[in-house]
Amino acid sequence: MSEILRVEHLSKVFPDKDKGDFWAADDVSFTLKAGEKLALIGESGSGKTTVARLVTRLLETSSGKIYLDGEDITHAKGTKLKEAYKKMQMVFQSPIESFDPRLTLGDGIMESLLNHGLEKEAALAECQKLLSLCGLSREFAHRYPHEVSGGQCQRAAIARALAIEPRLLILDEATSALDVTVQADILKLLQHIQKERNMAYLFICHDIALVQDFCDRVIVMHKGRIVETGTPDEVIQSPKEAYTKKLIDSVL
Amino acid sequence: MNIKKEPTIRLQEIQTNRLNQKLYIFGGLALLLILCSFFSDYLTPYDPYLQDLSLAKAPPSSEHLLGTDRYGRDMLSRVIAGSKTSIFSTLLLVGFIATFGSLVGIICARVGKTFDTVLMRTADMFLAFPGLVFALAVAAVLGGGVHNAIFALAAISWPKYARLARSQTLAIESMPFIQAAKMAGSGPIKLIRTHILPNITGPILVTAMLDIGTMMMELAGLSFLGLGAKPPIPEWGSMMSDTRNLLPTQPWVTLAPGFAIFLSVMIFNLLGDTVRDYLDPKNRR
Repeated sequence: MSEILRVEHLSKVFPDKDKGDFWAADDVSFTLKAGEKLALIGESGSGKTTVARLVTRLLETSSGKIYLDGEDITHAKGTKLKEAYKKMQMVFQSPIESFDPRLTLGDGIMESLLNHGLEKEAALAECQKLLSLCGLSREFAHRYPHEVSGGQCQRAAIARALAIEPRLLILDEATSALDVTVQADILKLLQHIQKERNMAYLFICHDIALVQDFCDRVIVMHKGRIVETGTPDEVIQSPKEAYTKKLIDSVL
Repeated sequence: MNIKKEPTIRLQEIQTNRLNQKLYIFGGLALLLILCSFFSDYLTPYDPYLQDLSLAKAPPSSEHLLGTDRYGRDMLSRVIAGSKTSIFSTLLLVGFIATFGSLVGIICARVGKTFDTVLMRTADMFLAFPGLVFALAVAAVLGGGVHNAIFALAAISWPKYARLARSQTLAIESMPFIQAAKMAGSGPIKLIRTHILPNITGPILVTAMLDIGTMMMELAGLSFLGLGAKPPIPEWGSMMSDTRNLLPTQPWVTLAPGFAIFLSVMIFNLLGDTVRDYLDPKNRR
């Protein structure tokens, strides 16, 4: 299997003269194969979301390299970045806030399609296909974000992320804002989509129990550093680091 | 469940209906004022400049509904003609400062860095002047007159919009939906047009609406002090100033323009309030 994402010695520093510089991500390296499901876990403030935002270029990298599908996108801008976004998409933590309150869900889903040169009618047809793939009826295209539930909105957000058929989907706490039953539904949906489209997932999550069945590999982060890597079973059954053990004990 | 649910829905409906009613009423009244200022030349029953000393200081009658001033000019005609100066220039002023200020604010928020600092400190500098003092300075340098009064007011009031637009843009920019739009491949111009502008126009529009009243007062105030419109040009503020010593004996001469100011400021303020309620996203269903 080919590599879709390679991250080398990625760091992000927030300078602070009084308390000393804060390293939100510190020498993070990992690779993600095409079609692989990788989980990034850790407590709040461990740097998971920072890594996601660095990888998606929503945050400027301090040092290190990011390769998407073999291409260096560490400092990509403009058209190059637009091309990179064709290959990777993100699902955000707060579903309602990830849609423009003044636009319908359909407008949000169609945005990337229209930006990449699709005609309006074709985009609408595609949007409705995506909605039904994500378990929503067609009429959701005409609803506003505040008119739907969190779970429905997250389904729409997944539909939006899938629209330009990316090969890598970054899920930043995509299920954390949802209640347990809806969480399970969304995970089922993600599993279904993964099988259908053979996409790679970077699944960012603070709940180790959630990723146990879902992911192929787990990376544990603590204070901006990677402390442990392995399959979910390895990590959960025989954690090597004290921190991992604490994290597991707090959940299971 | 049903018992509880129905009244809330009905209450909401009533509130929305009442809001719509208010919007139509105040919007209609404001439109009437604006139309009146546009077509003031055709609406005046007499020539507002025509003096007839034999009719001087006549009380309100069927021929002169608001009486006449000390030169025998018809007050109703002068008040209507005054709306051209007062309302039209106020709208022009508010429209200009709202557009210009917002543009500066949005650009500052998007560009950031030194550009932002320089422009925003300039804005602060203008904010530091008390309006009247600045108008006095402008009048001293450029002379009095409506245009200079408007210029002075514009110079000190655009920073308010720049600040508002800047803070609104910054707040919106940190929202996930902007990041999602970026990832959808939307460029900076599309980002501003389809995501930022629609989300910040609400507060700016409301501020502008409420500012119409304030600016009208300021303009009238400057004219009252002799820094705005010069007689014989009919302007409500200067009309009141001209005739203020007639207040004890012929009150209608002063009260007519005063009441015109009061009425139009009130209508625009109420319209602003209603628009604010209307644009509240919680009311959109």
